[in-house]
Amino acid sequence: MADLTTNVAIDNHLTTADGKPLKAALAAAQARNKRRAFFLVLPLLAFILITFIVPIGQMLMRSIDSPGFILQTDVITKEETPLMVNLGLWFKDNPQGTEPDEAAYTALVSDLIALKKTRAQGQAGTRINYELAGSRSLFTSGARKAAKLKPPYKEAMIKLNKKWENPKLWQVMRSASSRYTGSFYLAAVDRTRDANGDIVRVEENRRVYVNLFVRTLRLSLLITFLTFILAYPVAHLLATLPMRKSNMLMILVLLPFWTSLLVRTTSWMILLQSQGVLNDAMVGLGLLDDANRIQLMYNEFGTVIAMTHILLPFMILPLYSVMRPINPSYVRAARSLGATSWTAFRRIYFPQTVPGIGAGALLVFILSVGYYITPALVGGADGTLISNLIAFHMLSSLNWSLAAALASLLLGGILILYWLYDRLVGIDNLKLG
Amino acid sequence: MKKTFILTTALTGFAFAANAAEVTVMSWGGAYTKSQVEAYHKPFTASTGITVNSVDSSNPAQPIKAQVEAGNVTVDVADVEFSDAVRLCDEGLLEEIDTSMLPSAPDGTPAADDFIDGALQDCAVANIVWSTVFAYNTANVTGTPTTIADFFDTTKFPGKRGLRKSAKATLEMALMADGVKAADVYAMMDTAEGIDRAFAKLDSIKSDIVWWEAGAQPPQLLADGEVVMSTAYNGRIFNAAIAESQPLEVVWDGQILDFDLFVIPKGAPNKEEAMKFISFSTSTTALAAQASYISYGPARKSSGALVGKYSDGKTDMAPHMPTAAANLGNALVNNFEFWVDHDAELNERFNAWLAS
Repeated sequence: MADLTTNVAIDNHLTTADGKPLKAALAAAQARNKRRAFFLVLPLLAFILITFIVPIGQMLMRSIDSPGFILQTDVITKEETPLMVNLGLWFKDNPQGTEPDEAAYTALVSDLIALKKTRAQGQAGTRINYELAGSRSLFTSGARKAAKLKPPYKEAMIKLNKKWENPKLWQVMRSASSRYTGSFYLAAVDRTRDANGDIVRVEENRRVYVNLFVRTLRLSLLITFLTFILAYPVAHLLATLPMRKSNMLMILVLLPFWTSLLVRTTSWMILLQSQGVLNDAMVGLGLLDDANRIQLMYNEFGTVIAMTHILLPFMILPLYSVMRPINPSYVRAARSLGATSWTAFRRIYFPQTVPGIGAGALLVFILSVGYYITPALVGGADGTLISNLIAFHMLSSLNWSLAAALASLLLGGILILYWLYDRLVGIDNLKLG
Repeated sequence: MKKTFILTTALTGFAFAANAAEVTVMSWGGAYTKSQVEAYHKPFTASTGITVNSVDSSNPAQPIKAQVEAGNVTVDVADVEFSDAVRLCDEGLLEEIDTSMLPSAPDGTPAADDFIDGALQDCAVANIVWSTVFAYNTANVTGTPTTIADFFDTTKFPGKRGLRKSAKATLEMALMADGVKAADVYAMMDTAEGIDRAFAKLDSIKSDIVWWEAGAQPPQLLADGEVVMSTAYNGRIFNAAIAESQPLEVVWDGQILDFDLFVIPKGAPNKEEAMKFISFSTSTTALAAQASYISYGPARKSSGALVGKYSDGKTDMAPHMPTAAANLGNALVNNFEFWVDHDAELNERFNAWLAS
């Protein structure tokens, strides 16, 4: 103990040739190295930030930021015009649950007239329409006629269209009047707010997202399991065959891997369709009646088959890279010590391949959770995944906020699973090659 | 190697600069784009010297929002459906089109009167009237389906059915097949019972449906025998039946008429050329010429008289037009106002129904 203290004391007094304390000089040198290293990764960091993190962040922001009802942004000049100002003030002054009075309707009418001037009635109506169908035309026709209305405005508006007194409409307008909203997250889990602002489930025939999240999770797990079952023996064969033969086999694994995804999916369509190769062969062999061809595609089955095949290399390659360096003498030693071939596999070989299984499973699972094109083409009605609905809201319904909410739930879900994986298996136990 | 690279880059740059006048038009692909290339693009380039780049999409309305918001618009003119045109215009994603610059009819009628009602919108000019019909493969169907009810009758006409994977047109057809008159369809669809009824009708054939998304799919599905009947865009069936001699037959009962309109995305790189293209392509003669390549009705009244024979020189186009009197017996005009309002809600329910 005494020696140690002396050492430290000496350490403090050590200096470099030019008289600086050694510790400080070391720290300075290290900081310089760190800076240099940082400059080396800076291009990559900037690239990831600009092309990946910022756009994704912006997209995810849309899931809570949907100002269509209160802000008109010119897409070219980015100029912003506030909308529905008077109504916003009324909402601020009157708490949730206040019956809309004459003042509220007066505010509404003046805002509608303003909407018409800036030609924003469609945009504002669309924002309300996301949460209450049928509202868009209410706003466009309301804006058209608002200037001609005479007080009392409450009566006049309700006479114009009875929908204006719908308490649900007022609730949606209130929630749309604040810039940030959680309503898209509610919609993404099949929930909505009723007229009192309480969270309730949507009608049964409109519940779709939770169902699809569950299906996506279930099919992804199934596909991960199937690729594991198929890939393990193949990877083992690749790893144990003599180099020349295993290289030949490797080409067979890599060739489809290098082929375009679309080509592989369409090939599966040719194989699986009811007038396709598989059905034709079975009819030709007399296994099937021509009238009773099996539906192999446009359902869950088709999605699972095609995706399992497409994702197989992502399982084979990490497994192979882990199996290759395993020394065969371990298993031989176990056998010579009396283990059966099963025990030797279970206790000696298999544990050494776990890092590869972890890597492969994580790769396949994460890829299949976000898979889009294959289920869109071969999935039909019951083989589609959540990604297809995200695409639907991005492209067809143009409800980007809902698409963003669904996407962030998916991302969040995957992060949780990743965290679980880390807790259970350990991420440092992962080996890609 | 490096020198060659620089040289080719410079040359490409030069080539682009030389062909500065160009316009990119996005349409639906297949036989439809082909008819537009023949009737609009080629004569347009011949008369103005402006090159037309043709791009295809399974629905040209879809990429517009992303392109405009990203400030990276690559399309100058897009050919979109009615409700999409209105919706995109509402969201401020389209340039407004000054319809007064459209050419008048040969007899001097101004464009505003010459176009069919509703064909001129703030941000869009219609070029064709098309329709969703159902068609069957005569080789695979025993008997002759004549009504929309037959499409939903899998006992009388067994076999798979092709339907567009979208609530629009599908729900209307289901109601008409269930005995609702065309005039009452949208009133019925405005009620919860009406929608329930439509879904109940769809339920009756759900397990026999093959869903399609691109317009070129139904003729293919029918020709392959993948389905025995399918809904389709009428012109695609015409093309497969007449130009490719497939044994396909259209049933006009329960057809749903709609416009296709030209729009200009906001911030289009060649806006001026795009305007020129639209006014050229929606002239009386161009619309009539288009109708001789595919069986879609021109959106101008004055073009009707000029529609003659198909480009093969022997098929009369008139009976193949969705607007022919004989085909309008039980026809529905798509109510864009309804769909702009209810698109999101009904497609949500449609997706829920598909997934259940």
